[in-house]
Amino acid sequence: MNEIALWGLLGLVTAATYVWRGIGVAIVARITPSSDFTQWTSCVAYGMLAGLMSRIMLMPVGILAETPLLDRMLALAIGFLVFFAFGRSMLPGMITAVGIFSTLTALHAFEIY
Amino acid sequence: MPVWVVSASMIGFGSLCQDIGITFGVAVASTATVWGLPGQVAFVELFAVGAPVLAIALASSMANLRFLPMSLSMMPLFRADPGIWRWRYILVAMMSVNTWALTLRRAPELGDRQRGPYYIGLGAVSMTSGVLGTAVGYHLAGTLPFYITVSLIFLNPMYFIFLFSSIRQRNCIMAMMIGTVLGPLFHLLSPDWGLPFVGFIAGTTAFFLDKKIGGRV
Repeated sequence: MNEIALWGLLGLVTAATYVWRGIGVAIVARITPSSDFTQWTSCVAYGMLAGLMSRIMLMPVGILAETPLLDRMLALAIGFLVFFAFGRSMLPGMITAVGIFSTLTALHAFEIY
Repeated sequence: MPVWVVSASMIGFGSLCQDIGITFGVAVASTATVWGLPGQVAFVELFAVGAPVLAIALASSMANLRFLPMSLSMMPLFRADPGIWRWRYILVAMMSVNTWALTLRRAPELGDRQRGPYYIGLGAVSMTSGVLGTAVGYHLAGTLPFYITVSLIFLNPMYFIFLFSSIRQRNCIMAMMIGTVLGPLFHLLSPDWGLPFVGFIAGTTAFFLDKKIGGRV
């Protein structure tokens, strides 16, 4: 596929993903959403995002799939312990989880663990 | 903090594009125009395997279906400010999971007239760092060791998991618990259509369960 066709494909993909954003705005502009409706849509969005994160952790695609499930779960579990130990503070939890994960992956790379 | 998380995950995307053979311009532009990592990844990965054009457009679109409930829940926040509201169809293009979650969280403390500027500032900074991250990642591709690249990819879900875990609304917490369990199960049933169903079932169940229990939210 040549360069121009690739740009055309990007335009198509952009339009295809913008559709959902645009429909959302169009609906909100036409009805006056009640607080219940907005709450419900937030719940749906959070449910969808949690499902996506859970799938990425358990059944990743791409290069994340080349790491052991145990490494990902261990990093997440210890991250959560730190998260709660710091009174539900996201920064310590996230740094711990990513730190443990990269340490474990590096240990694999150097065939230590 | 959101800024370097966005950059880091887009570095991963940039290096993926270089590996696949997407041109630099298209890789960087896709961050600004599609502005949603799962959709972008679906686009370049399906392109790499030579999938038909329609299949690529449909898969990227499905991967970003989450923007519908996100847009429905966030856009009402801007209705009270006419100066912001008239730009609604442009503003929604700046929405990412990050800018959405932070705007929803800060909205109660920000007044009607402060939400717009807050969201625009956050979106502009996020998009700039996303675009820069893609460009840097494109040029770094192949030079970083595996454990660094994979950690950059791992950072993105970790950031969101801990960001969502700090949410305090009970119905949203219940929706996330149900979604966490259903997500992988429905993915096994249908990788393309599973997620929208998970969102609908988890969100609706949690919303009504929360109403039924009542009391303090």
